[in-house]
Amino acid sequence: MSDSIADKAARATPPRVARKVRGLSDRAIAWIFVAPTIFLLLAINIFPLIWTIRLSFTDFRANRQGREVEWVGLRNYERILTDSDVWLSMQATAHFLIWTIALQVILGFALAWLINRKFKGNDLWTTIIVLPMMLSPAVVGNFWSFLYQPQIGLFNYVIAFLTGQNASSFDMLGSVDLAPWSIVIVDTWMWTPFVMLICLAGLRSIPDYIYEAAEIDRASQWRQFFTITIPMVLPFLMLAVLFRGIENFKMFDLVVQLTGGGPGNVTTLTSIDLKREAFEKWRTGYASAYAIILFVTVFGLASIYVKALNKVKER
Amino acid sequence: MKTFKLASASALALAGATWGGTAAAEDLTLCWAAWDPANALVELSKDFEAQSGHTMNFEFVPWPNFADRMLNELNSGGKLCDLLIGDSQWIGGGAENGHYVKLNDFFDAEGISMDDFADAAVYAYSTWPKGTENYYALPAMGDANGWFYRKDWFTDPEIMAAYEAETGQALREPESQKELMQIAKFFQGREIDGQERYGVSIFTERGSEGITMGVTGALYAWGFQYENEPGSYDMVGAVNSAEAVEALEFYKELYECCTPPGYTNSYMGESLDAFKSGQVAMAMNWFAFFPGLFADPDIGGEKIDFFVNPPQNKDASTLGGQGISVVSYSDKQDAALEYIKWFAQPEVQQRWWDLGGYAVHKSVLEDPSFIESQPFAGDFLEAMNAVQDFWQEPTYAELLLAMQERIHNYVVADQGTAQEALDMLIEDWTEVFEDDGKL
Repeated sequence: MSDSIADKAARATPPRVARKVRGLSDRAIAWIFVAPTIFLLLAINIFPLIWTIRLSFTDFRANRQGREVEWVGLRNYERILTDSDVWLSMQATAHFLIWTIALQVILGFALAWLINRKFKGNDLWTTIIVLPMMLSPAVVGNFWSFLYQPQIGLFNYVIAFLTGQNASSFDMLGSVDLAPWSIVIVDTWMWTPFVMLICLAGLRSIPDYIYEAAEIDRASQWRQFFTITIPMVLPFLMLAVLFRGIENFKMFDLVVQLTGGGPGNVTTLTSIDLKREAFEKWRTGYASAYAIILFVTVFGLASIYVKALNKVKER
Repeated sequence: MKTFKLASASALALAGATWGGTAAAEDLTLCWAAWDPANALVELSKDFEAQSGHTMNFEFVPWPNFADRMLNELNSGGKLCDLLIGDSQWIGGGAENGHYVKLNDFFDAEGISMDDFADAAVYAYSTWPKGTENYYALPAMGDANGWFYRKDWFTDPEIMAAYEAETGQALREPESQKELMQIAKFFQGREIDGQERYGVSIFTERGSEGITMGVTGALYAWGFQYENEPGSYDMVGAVNSAEAVEALEFYKELYECCTPPGYTNSYMGESLDAFKSGQVAMAMNWFAFFPGLFADPDIGGEKIDFFVNPPQNKDASTLGGQGISVVSYSDKQDAALEYIKWFAQPEVQQRWWDLGGYAVHKSVLEDPSFIESQPFAGDFLEAMNAVQDFWQEPTYAELLLAMQERIHNYVVADQGTAQEALDMLIEDWTEVFEDDGKL
C-alpha cells in the first residue's frame, strides 16, 4: 500500500514538533498556520483603523505630544460636514472622477475596439498606446506642466493653431475655469490605456462562434455590437470603472505636481485637503474624522458597485 | 508642558556637562534648505572640520518641501539633524514643543553675547517668547525680500525717453510701491531687443509660503499689523484695516497688470527664471539669491541692480532668514554646540559674508567697508532695519496655510474682494488661536 501525502508529511515532521502537536485538533493546527497572517492584518490594517476612529473623536495633534488630549465627541464630524471648503473639495473630486471615468471608458473602449482588429503593426501600436501608464505620475505631472505653459507650451500652441487665438492668452493651470479640465485631460491621457487593456481582454474573451452564429442569423454589425459585444464586455468595463474610481478618489501626486490644488481651491481634491489637515495643519483628530468619512464613502459606494457588478456577471 | 520641561532640562543637563571641553570626533548632520547659501556654508564648514576633527554632513531639502520635511522630522523626534537652520517662524514651535535646545546657559558659559548680533535678527531668529531673553537659536542667515531690475534697460536712453514721455517722470529705482507698479506697467508687453517683455515677477505660489511672503511686502509697506496690541491676538481693525485692504488690492492689480503669462504659482525659482530668461524688467526675491544673480554671466554685473522693498506709508520689508539651533533629540549635542560656538566667532562671520552668506554679526555689518563690499550690501542693511515677520506662534503652519488660501483665492483665483479675504482670514486665525487656547 502506497503512502498518502499526510503519511509522508507526518514522517517528515521532526519528533520534537510531532510530540508538541500531537493531540491538537485539525482546527487548532489550521489556526496556528493562519495566526501570523491574522496578526499582521490586525497590526497593520485593523489596529490603525480602530486607532484612527478613536482619534477622530479627540482634538489630538501629532505635533503637540505633551498636550492634553480632549474628547470632543462628534464635533470633528460636525465641523467637517458643515465646512464649505470640504464640500468644495468634494465637488472638485466629483468633477474629476466623473469626467475622467467617462472619458477613459469611452476612449479606452474605442481604442480596444480598434486594436482588436487584426492589422499590420498591431503589437507596436498597442505598446505605444500603453506607454503613458508606465510613467511615474510625478514625471507626467512635471512634463505636462511644461506642455501647458502659456508661453512655450506645446499644448497651447496646438490649441492656438487650431483656434487662431493667441497661445499665451489662456493659462490651463492658472485659470479657475480651465484648471479642473487640465487635470482631467492629463489623467485621461495617462490612464485610458489601462481601461483599453481591460476592454481588450474582454473583447478577446468573446468566442468567434457567437459572431458566426449572428452572421448566419443575418444580424447587422450594429445589432451584433449592442447584443453581443457590449453585454459581454460590460463586466470588464465595470471592473475598469471600479479600479479607476478607487484610484482617482485618492488621486494626489499628479494633481499636486500640476496645480498644487490651485488656482484658489478649484483642484483641491479631498486627498489633497486631507493631507493639508493632517500633515501641514497637524489637526490630527480632525483629519482622522475626515479620513473616516472618506473611507465610509468609498467603502459604501464600492460595496454597492460590486453588488451591481456581480449581478451583471450572473446574467 | 511637563514633557517639554523634562526634555529641556535633560537636554541642558547633557549640554552643560559636556560643552566645557572638546567632544570626541563626531559625524554631525546640519539640516537646511537647498539653495545658494547652503553651498557657501558647506565651504565655510570645512574650516570647522579642520579645527574640531568633527565631520560635517549636510541634509539640504528644496524649499517647497523644506518645512514639511523638517517639521515632520522634529515632530517625530527624529535624530537626522543635530543642527537645524530652521525658518524664523518655527522658533515658537521649536521652543514650546521642546524641539530646540535652549541656549542661554551655553551662551553665558561661552561668552557669546546676543548684543554682538543685529537686534532685528536676534529678535526674529533667536527669541521665544518674542523679545524676551530666551534664546533657542543663534542668528545664522539674515535675509529679507528685496527687488532687482534690469539696469541696462533702465539706463537705455531710448527706453528712458519713452518712459518720460509716457509718465512725465524719470525712469529710476522705484521709491514707492505705486511707482513700482507704474514702471511695471510701462514695461508690460513692451518690445525690447525684438522680444516682448513684462513688468515684474512676484510671488504667487499656493503650496507653501510663496504668496504670503510676496503680499506681505505690500501689506507691511502700507502699515499692516497682525494685532492691535502685540500679544493680544486682537486682530479686527489691524489685519483688515483700510490700509491692508488697499495694499491687498494693489498686489492683485500688480499681479494682473504686470506679470508674465502663466506665473500663477510662482515662487523663488520661477521668479529667478523669469528674470534670468529676460522676460521681466523687475523681480522680487530673497537677498540670499543676490550674490548669485550679480555673478550671473548673462544678466549679472553691469546689467543688474538691486533695491530694497519700496515704502508706501512706511519703510518695511518681509523678513526671511534663519537661526541655527541644536536639535534636542540629537545624541551629539556637545559637538553641535561646538559648531555654534565656532560659528559665532567674528572672523568666521566675516568669512561667511565673504562666501555669500548673510552674516548678521555687528562686527561684519558695522565694518566701514561693508556697504561697498557688494552692490546689494547697503540695501540689505536698510532692509534689515525695517523687517517685519509673519506670526512665529507654535501654530504658525496653520496660520500660514490660512493666509495662503485666502490671499491666493483673492489674488490669483479672483474670488471675492480684498475686504472679504482679510475678514475671512481673521476668522480662520481666530479659530486657530481658539483651538490653541490663546483666545
